[in-house]
Amino acid sequence: MSIATTLTQAPVVVDESKCIAEKGCTVCVDVCPLDVLAIDMLKKKAFMKYDECWYCLPCETDCPTDAVKVSIPYLLR
Amino acid sequence: MKRIDMEFDIVVIGGGTGGPMAAVKAKQQNPQLKVLLIDKAHVKRSGAISMGMDGLNNAVIPGHATPEQYVKEITIANDGIVDQEAVMAYAANSFDMIQELDRWGVKFEKDETGDYAVRKVHHLGSYVLPMPEGHHMKKILYRQLKRARVEITNRVVVTRLLTGADGEITGVMGFDCRTADFYVIRCKAAVLSTGAAGRIGLPASGYLMGTYENPTNCGDGHAMAYHAGADLANLECFQINPLIKDYNGPACAYVTGPFGGFTANSKGERFIECDYWSGQMMMEFYNELQGGNGPVFLKLDHLAAETISEIEHILHTNERPSRGRFHEKRGNDYRKQMVEMHISEIGFCSGHSASGIWTNARGETSVKGLYAAGDCASVPHNYMLGAFVYGRLCGQNAADYCGGAAKGCIDDGAIAAEEARIGAPLARSEGLTPFQIEYKTRRLVNDYLQPPKITRKYEIGLRRFDEVREDATAMMATNPHELMRAMEALSILDCAEMAARASMFRTESRWGLYHYNIDHPERDDENWFCHTLLSRDADGRMSVRKKAIEPYIVPIDEEERTAYQRLRVERSAAAA
Repeated sequence: MSIATTLTQAPVVVDESKCIAEKGCTVCVDVCPLDVLAIDMLKKKAFMKYDECWYCLPCETDCPTDAVKVSIPYLLR
Repeated sequence: MKRIDMEFDIVVIGGGTGGPMAAVKAKQQNPQLKVLLIDKAHVKRSGAISMGMDGLNNAVIPGHATPEQYVKEITIANDGIVDQEAVMAYAANSFDMIQELDRWGVKFEKDETGDYAVRKVHHLGSYVLPMPEGHHMKKILYRQLKRARVEITNRVVVTRLLTGADGEITGVMGFDCRTADFYVIRCKAAVLSTGAAGRIGLPASGYLMGTYENPTNCGDGHAMAYHAGADLANLECFQINPLIKDYNGPACAYVTGPFGGFTANSKGERFIECDYWSGQMMMEFYNELQGGNGPVFLKLDHLAAETISEIEHILHTNERPSRGRFHEKRGNDYRKQMVEMHISEIGFCSGHSASGIWTNARGETSVKGLYAAGDCASVPHNYMLGAFVYGRLCGQNAADYCGGAAKGCIDDGAIAAEEARIGAPLARSEGLTPFQIEYKTRRLVNDYLQPPKITRKYEIGLRRFDEVREDATAMMATNPHELMRAMEALSILDCAEMAARASMFRTESRWGLYHYNIDHPERDDENWFCHTLLSRDADGRMSVRKKAIEPYIVPIDEEERTAYQRLRVERSAAAA
């Protein structure tokens, strides 16, 4: 049996020109209750890795450079 | 999977609301104790009040209400099924806690004389105290944790409790959701503050994490209490909430009610006298939805523009601030139209309802050395302030208990079994995903368990849960994050089965929609004026039994007893 992957539009969007993950910042990753954000090790930028967002907003509120924007997930928008 | 061993006196599981309070108070009670606060998220932003809270729903403040009045109100709202001593322990300590929070820097609304600006939302008394600046709540708690020198471990999912020869708590086990390292933490006492079981049913949107509760609160506290041999109380008294449709968050009538907002039917008419959440209120809401007068709406469009701006400020900066952008995308404007509401999926939550891990007025569960506070425990209608008050009680009592308790023997067999259980999904390279197991379980909960409750449907539901449980032995996880979802899916399955078994046991109807049983539609005080307790029997199966209601300390007279049965707005023939 094989495992399929299904693409989905991520509600959490990171503006890579503002994100300072390369300087060691992990604030958005740290505060997410669902642990859905991660740092892309190649690009050194934060991104939404798992489609499990509760649209609660700590990532957006606590980001020191206003790089994170959360939309309401499409299924309930 | 590396094994990490730790040792503490007290481990508090869950760093949302009641947990930080329990940890701080345990440390204050006895600074010599080693206290660990452990959370599967990050304590800075975890739990139901991750983004703060817009007010206290049950403040008992001298000059506005008395503890006796409050105990009476909750007894009536919960159809008499309460341990009044436990409700009184909350009510009597409510004001003291408000004052302490005030000293810590929480800003409550006050009037021009400096008195707390209490509002009336409940059917009988006045207990709602707004906190327009309540978004800073978690910061204030975090400062207190640091000051009290509580140790904190984030991103570790606690999955099981360890018990000793006398059934007493001897430790907790879990794993790191980023490394999958296996944790064994020895302790003398543990406090469960894991929140509601808010991920049992499937939101109508079909989006798995579109729940009312923070989705981290999936019932793993309920499941681990059950497996440790604890009693769980009145689980059939479900939590079902009236929420903004699709957004599935609070509308929120407690905030808008005192400003003049109300719940209306499609004709824009008020149909319930009181917007305070109770099973009876939910029944009226359900009847309106089903009876041809739906949809149901939150009505604010008759209010002055300044009033609406004030409401927007509170609702869009606290608790669920993304409400604002949801409305924006929908073109909802409180000034111009009513906002559509709907009924939520089911859950366990003593904060709003009465279902949870059984505790007494000291916060003790039926397992020695195990305490529970907040939404996961069983003190009805406790809300955020109840989580704080019981957090304090649990912390202090756990600290005192540790003084006299010896270190228990560690059960190596139980540790090996748990290490194997956690390791299994990671070891599989093919099988079902945690998403599939969880989605199917929660969809079945909606299909078979959502009230009205029908025995035949519950029997089918139980059979299907068994099948999913069998399927779950083939669940796989490709990384530690997925392992967290896999372990949560198993807790959700346990909670689903508990919800079904408790509901089938109580062969009457009670608490309005929460336990509306088609096969037994009448309330039957002669046989069912009692609590129900669910626990694991000697054969490892779920069993349910009755527990007599503790003698009332605040008497309820006949007229008051039925106050919550009369919530529907009466219309005279002339008015119609």
